Amino acid sequence: MKKIQRLEMRSISKSFHGIPANQDINLFIESGEILGLLGENGAGKTTLMNILYGLYQPDSGQIKINDKTIRINNPVESITHGIGMVHQHFMLVQNHSVIENIALAYKDTPFFFPNAKIKNKVEQFSKNFDFHIDLTKKVWQLSAGEQQRVEIIKALLNGADLLILDEPTSVLTPREIKELIFILREMKAKGHMIIFISHKLDEIMDICDRVMVLQKGKIVGSADTKNTDKNSLARMMVGRDVVFNTTREKLTKGKKTLAVENIKVIGDKGRRVVKNISFELFENEIFGIAGVSGNGQRELAEAITGIRPIFSGKVKMNGKDITNKSPRHIYDNGVSHVPEERIRFGIAPGLYLFDNAILKQHHLKKFSNWYFLNYSQIKNHTRTIVKKFKVSTHSINNQIRNLSGGNIQKLILGREISEQPQLLVASHPTYGLDVGATEFLREHLLELRKQGSAILLFSEDLEEIFELCDRIAVIFDGEFMAVLDSDDKQFSDIGLMMAGSKRIDPMEKQK
Amino acid sequence: MIKIKTTDRYNITTLRSFMTNILSLFAALVVIGIIFLIAGVNPFYAISEIFSGSFGSFYGIKETITKAIPLILIGAGLTLAFRAKFWNIGAEGQMLMGAVFATWTGLTFGEALPSYIIVPLIFLAGFIGGGLWGIIPAILKIKYAINEVISTLMLNYICAEILTLLIVGPWKGKTRFGFPGTDNLPDSAILGLIPGSRIHYATLILAVICAIVLGVIIYKTRFGYEARVVGENPDAGRYAGINFLKTSLILMAISGGLAGVAGVGEVAGIHHHLGYPASISSGYGFTAIIVAWLAKLNPLYTIISGIFFAGILVGGDAIQISLGLPAATVEIVNGTLLIFLIMGDYFLNHKITLQFSFKH
Repeated sequence: MKKIQRLEMRSISKSFHGIPANQDINLFIESGEILGLLGENGAGKTTLMNILYGLYQPDSGQIKINDKTIRINNPVESITHGIGMVHQHFMLVQNHSVIENIALAYKDTPFFFPNAKIKNKVEQFSKNFDFHIDLTKKVWQLSAGEQQRVEIIKALLNGADLLILDEPTSVLTPREIKELIFILREMKAKGHMIIFISHKLDEIMDICDRVMVLQKGKIVGSADTKNTDKNSLARMMVGRDVVFNTTREKLTKGKKTLAVENIKVIGDKGRRVVKNISFELFENEIFGIAGVSGNGQRELAEAITGIRPIFSGKVKMNGKDITNKSPRHIYDNGVSHVPEERIRFGIAPGLYLFDNAILKQHHLKKFSNWYFLNYSQIKNHTRTIVKKFKVSTHSINNQIRNLSGGNIQKLILGREISEQPQLLVASHPTYGLDVGATEFLREHLLELRKQGSAILLFSEDLEEIFELCDRIAVIFDGEFMAVLDSDDKQFSDIGLMMAGSKRIDPMEKQK
Repeated sequence: MIKIKTTDRYNITTLRSFMTNILSLFAALVVIGIIFLIAGVNPFYAISEIFSGSFGSFYGIKETITKAIPLILIGAGLTLAFRAKFWNIGAEGQMLMGAVFATWTGLTFGEALPSYIIVPLIFLAGFIGGGLWGIIPAILKIKYAINEVISTLMLNYICAEILTLLIVGPWKGKTRFGFPGTDNLPDSAILGLIPGSRIHYATLILAVICAIVLGVIIYKTRFGYEARVVGENPDAGRYAGINFLKTSLILMAISGGLAGVAGVGEVAGIHHHLGYPASISSGYGFTAIIVAWLAKLNPLYTIISGIFFAGILVGGDAIQISLGLPAATVEIVNGTLLIFLIMGDYFLNHKITLQFSFKH
């Protein structure tokens, strides 16, 4: 007998610092069902699931199990209610063996000889679900797929009837995905219920019985997978039919600045995250890379700017090979970079504003000779950036960590733009900026374009991509699904491309 | 239920920073006082004895300045390393290596050369010796990701053993009558003293100049800027294209080199020959860590904090004699001070609030 026959979330709302993350969300799931949650990053999927798992408390709304209202104060309570969650980033102790990790999480682990006592139980479970895991192996020796299975065992052993999987396939190889799907079907047959979070349409259609689409914290649609198709789901996810913006001034593109040839890049987890990408970029052009984040954008940007090694392939700037050169060498060849992880890469938090305003430029002639920094010049430069980009600070003699995220952002943008780079690699440049600053920045990017710079723009915001870019590539799982001019009518299917369900071959386009 | 919540504190004023230091020192003195009490000594008397022993008499002041020389040199060098978050715990070994190099140079060339050549030469040799000993952990850290706290610490012992091997073996002096130790340096290589004291003024002047120059290096030069960026955020350093190997090598060469110079001062200014490690340095390399910390990693302030801690060393010697306390007393005093300074730093950078909540 399952503890949960039916779970319901009723008009759940939750906001952070006044910004709504979930608004009036209703959801239900029944025994033996797989429910897909579809949405872009920041749509509120994870917040909703964290509420269910007891990590957050909803501002309003109720959770009901078998029609009885319950309160989940923390993950321990959610586990006793029969809810288990497998996070996107695994919560395992790398240097411990599989069995030790399981014993650590299991609620009835005895104090003495924990491993021996639960071993039988775990083996029984493994067999039931075809897990095939060597229990004595250390976690760091396991592949991502095996680690995920350990997480699933942990949850099931604690009696989880409802399993929440947050982007489970994002770290898996295609074969491991097949194995996962097999396991999920097995669980479904045994009466478990599963909530499957993803932004990949194919998987959702393949695995789930029902799907709900979230957009900007609200449910914008739900359907049985057998009664719907990928097209309509994609439209719901993106939220609107794509409108083509024409206010952008037409410019003829100049000479080629950047050429990326067949590059492959390895991600943090050792998986290949950029697979054979090639493109060219010209003066007076903004080239946008659209896609749900986590599909290789960050790694691609870091590889081009020299922070991350390139596994194979070439990057050329004005015909000169800059593959795997140092970030300074690449900067000196005209490439500026607004990094995605600004706080991590973009600033030295304890240093002053004026120190941070020359982070990448301090070796330039005008700011230093061989030995000494020219502080009066640096401070003037900083004042100009602060004024022009409206960085709000009481003084430039202020540690940058005292500034808000938005203001740090403005300073980094000002720093990277003010030197008139030949190529600007900008990752989510308007993320976290208010409306006014966003508008100002977009104008500035267009101005740069007019002056002859090339801009490589990574963004999740389709409106921004279509407003600014001359050409757009859609990236999915480390590959370009399409590279088209931004007014190409085929972009009406951009939702499908972002979810990996449609691909336009460059060859096909030429025909 | 009471919840302790910590948040980062922004806008730290100089006044607050100063007051935190003073309060930390005061709190440390209270704890030290309790330790004295347990040892059966009147804490007020003991603490006042420490300060009157070091700053209360002409003799005390002279001794304090003598001991401040190595502390300022090493402490200033450490501020640079610590700024870049390179935790150099090996200044003791770097100092001894400087002493070894200087002794060899002095004994080998000293007889033939006049003072104005040999003295700069032994200082240079000491700088090179300490610097070389300092860049070993830098290479290990950047090339092989070996934790510098462990490697610098272990290199202390290696250096001490090498030194011991030299003085009981190949370098044992003919004039020592079989006791371990080298012969005395030739007169030309011996540093002049301020009359009536043990203050070797050449090293003192050098120490003050080094502290000032390091201040300029840290705050005004490209290298200092890069070192600070690396220390504040290594990822940002990578993003900015800073060469970590080059930066670490230079800063450890300087940090170790200055420790080496301090070793030269001890050998050529005070002992005149190389003896057992413990006789050359009474733990200056470790005490200097606290000196650098109390100076808030500003090399200029090491002049003041160096004198302060030299005072505690001298005062500690004084109470060993007058109150019959064991030699470890000074180490307890120093250790307690460091712990409280670091705690003070935590409270300076974080705001602690207590939240009272009642479960319903």
